[in-house]
Amino acid sequence: MPAEPLADRALPLPDVAARPDPAARGRRLPVVSLGIITIFVLVAILAPLLSPGDPGEQSLRNRFKPPVWMEGGSSRHLLGTDRLGRDMLSRIVWGSRVSLTAGVVTVLLASAFGAAVGLVAGYHGGTVDAVLMRVTDATMSFPVILLALILAVTVGPSFTNVVVAIAVILWARYARVIRGQVLTLMGLDFIAQARIAGAGAWRIITRHLFPNTLNTLVVLVTLQIGYVIIVEASLSFLGAGIPPPTPAWGSMISEGREFVTSAWWVSGLPGLAILLVVLAFNLLGDWLRDTLDPKLRQL
Amino acid sequence: MMSPAAPLLEASGLVKHFSVRRGLMGWSTAVVRAVDSVSFTIGSGTTLGLVGESGCGKTTTSKMVLGLERPTAGVIRFEGADVSSLDSAGLRRYRQSVQAVFQDPYASLDPRMRVGKIIAEPLVINERRGAAERRRRVQELLDLVALPERSGVLYPHEFSGGQRQRIAIARALALSPRLIVLDEPVSALDVSIRAQILNLLRDIQKRLGVAYLFIAHDLAAVAHMSHTIAVMYLGKIVEMGDAAAVAMAPQHPYTRALFAAALPIDLDRPREITLAGEVPSPMAPPGGCRFHPRCPLAMPRCATEEPLLQTASGRLVACHLFD
Amino acid sequence: MSVPVIEVHDLRTHLVTRWGTIKAVDGVSFSVAEGETLGLVGESGSGKSMTCLSLVRLTPRPASHIVGGSVRLDGDELTTKTEAEMQRIRGRKIAMILQDPMSSLNPVFSVGMQVREPLAMYHGLRGATLTERAAALLASVRIPSPAARLRAFPYQLSGGMRQRVVGAMAIAAPPRLLIADEPTTSLDLTIQAQYLGLLEELQDRHRLAMIFITHNLGIVSRICDRVAVMYAGRIVEAGPVRRIFTAPAHPYTQALLESIPRLGARTERLTAIEGQPPDLARLPGGCSFAPRCPQVMDRCRTEAPPEFEAGPGQVSRCWLRAPAGG
Repeated sequence: MPAEPLADRALPLPDVAARPDPAARGRRLPVVSLGIITIFVLVAILAPLLSPGDPGEQSLRNRFKPPVWMEGGSSRHLLGTDRLGRDMLSRIVWGSRVSLTAGVVTVLLASAFGAAVGLVAGYHGGTVDAVLMRVTDATMSFPVILLALILAVTVGPSFTNVVVAIAVILWARYARVIRGQVLTLMGLDFIAQARIAGAGAWRIITRHLFPNTLNTLVVLVTLQIGYVIIVEASLSFLGAGIPPPTPAWGSMISEGREFVTSAWWVSGLPGLAILLVVLAFNLLGDWLRDTLDPKLRQL
Repeated sequence: MMSPAAPLLEASGLVKHFSVRRGLMGWSTAVVRAVDSVSFTIGSGTTLGLVGESGCGKTTTSKMVLGLERPTAGVIRFEGADVSSLDSAGLRRYRQSVQAVFQDPYASLDPRMRVGKIIAEPLVINERRGAAERRRRVQELLDLVALPERSGVLYPHEFSGGQRQRIAIARALALSPRLIVLDEPVSALDVSIRAQILNLLRDIQKRLGVAYLFIAHDLAAVAHMSHTIAVMYLGKIVEMGDAAAVAMAPQHPYTRALFAAALPIDLDRPREITLAGEVPSPMAPPGGCRFHPRCPLAMPRCATEEPLLQTASGRLVACHLFD
Repeated sequence: MSVPVIEVHDLRTHLVTRWGTIKAVDGVSFSVAEGETLGLVGESGSGKSMTCLSLVRLTPRPASHIVGGSVRLDGDELTTKTEAEMQRIRGRKIAMILQDPMSSLNPVFSVGMQVREPLAMYHGLRGATLTERAAALLASVRIPSPAARLRAFPYQLSGGMRQRVVGAMAIAAPPRLLIADEPTTSLDLTIQAQYLGLLEELQDRHRLAMIFITHNLGIVSRICDRVAVMYAGRIVEAGPVRRIFTAPAHPYTQALLESIPRLGARTERLTAIEGQPPDLARLPGGCSFAPRCPQVMDRCRTEAPPEFEAGPGQVSRCWLRAPAGG
């Protein structure tokens, strides 16, 4: 082979290492929301160790004891007691298990299925897309609470029913969003290039499309956990969720609703717990979107 | 430089029609005649330049050559064999032999993959090589496009536009293709970088004997890179011949206007021929010669009779002026 | 030559990014007279667009600001004006045509509504008179069936037509200075030829001063009287078009001209320019073109050259043009 000079041998690369991006990940981590979430997660996992007492132990003599910082409170019941004299702190600690597990499990199920549907629909287009999207639309329009109530009435309330009822409708949201993203990605040349290289549908979807939707998925999942926690709490409030005696924040609020003016802490404290957790997840989701999205725009 | 044996790729009477829905609820359909009977050949190791404006069908033609679109009619012969009659093994070989480099260096590389993996992907999909052998081949390709060794572990966003096109070229060469479709490969690059990439492409052609289908709106670049030029208008080829001849002495009225509008840097050249009107839509091409509504030399015949490609002045021209 | 419409002297605009402060426009001076077209040529990062945005004070906020220099429109200093005063100047005295006609027009409003807007604002027209003038404006940019077109929406028009509408809105006042930022880049070649002819016609009719930003030297040779070549925020060469093309006095201009494929020149290889366009956040000391210059000297790497005379009406920012002994 004649030694023809190739154009401009060994071009120097822009020196990436010498130009650190001060706005890279790590700057201004959302400490507060991460902190709150970590605390609640730890509480949920370590509930048996952290709970000061048995959440189911009733004591009619100790009914409606106020929290420790109020008049009449005692250190035996830091957050007071409820209608049946059960320790509020223990119930809230155990209730975190219910809420967080319900939130995470439901969202994971819904996102896995929904993303799959969105990827397939966006990739194939045409009839496949049309059919899948009509199913998605129909699903999205069905009210979650109604479905859960129906299940509760027919099959009986349980943890599984709550997860199923929500997931079965929630997946549609993911399908829509991911499909939209996939449609944008499909227009980009690197997908055509994969086809030209001989890649089939499976490879393109798993190796090229899915990794580029991860950012959106992560943001969506985080934001949705808060939503699911509220739905679960609503269901438990209505009696269609986790059945007693398992402590659940929603049912705790329900139990205390007649005593809001006299013993506000029975409804108020679990309500506050819900508020903190949902807020934390929402803030985290916002931060993730701000951090991850600009990188996405490099496309 | 034309090989006396069978040409590498031969397209005969290629047609591509798209149906589009129109009307309020999409009731009526119209046909977009994107490509309407186009024939050309590409010799081994040579470059065919395809020029034309929007709606002329050059992109659709290139997609048919790449196998991304199936022709509505017509035949593509690759190394003598009819592509549509190939078995799956033959078809796979055809696909591997025809690769592409596209215009946008920012959209043609998967942002989530490392460069080494991007270049190796065609190898992973198509060949049963070991990882070590793949790595070696990737290094060979990086060397071929003059990118440093350590490029393989970096991500696309760490490279400039020109460097990303080099990566795209390296990927296109991975399977040792016989033909590469270059669709506006330098249009999105800075002017001072274009020469680097064009030189690289020429060097690769000389060294590896790969043929190119070169599509660009920079006519001077096309003329520089091509051995043959085909000029398309509304789905048809209006002129085709040796690149130098077509560029310097265009015969078809449209080609003349096009090359005059290319604004070569020549202060003493006469004013360009300004065409009136817009480029018509491929959904409703004019009858007779498709160019006649805008042609400064149109005759009554041009409105009714479509001119066929015939030899004149050493190339093919589709114009009644040369009958 | 006539009195200049716009005079720019030592304009400096800085852009604050996460990698530090970028001198997007670093001491740019030029002037354009009535009926004259100045071409501003450069690649990405050269500062050509930022220069023109600085003229109308529309550089991205809050990241960028004009840090020095003067811009005088018909003798009136613009850099010290208030935002309210600048709003009265934009559109009325200085108009801009941008590259992408699709995003220059609002997709949800008809062409008529968008063309009427500047007419109503600048001339206080109303009702039937306004509509008549709007149709006349469309006719002046050679849009066929202008009265009917008023009812059309941008998506119904081709790229060339949309750019004409944008052009019509730009000359509604008519302005003193028209800045065209790569207006034909997204248009087909034959449409581009039409459009350039139209711009010339409009310039003649309204005695406009025009600044034409482009990276395409062919367009420069067609439509510009003088040209300024920009690199890394500075003008490295400026002069009459004929001089610049026949006797370029700066290595960058020379290299650019040599690297462009020309119809009719049967060369085997193009003379490519080494290296990459400059990274404005990390400019080397001295002449910013030094890393890529085929005629670089030691002095170039340490000292940034000032502008030197390089011919009648031509200046070059290069040590090679320093008078002997300088």
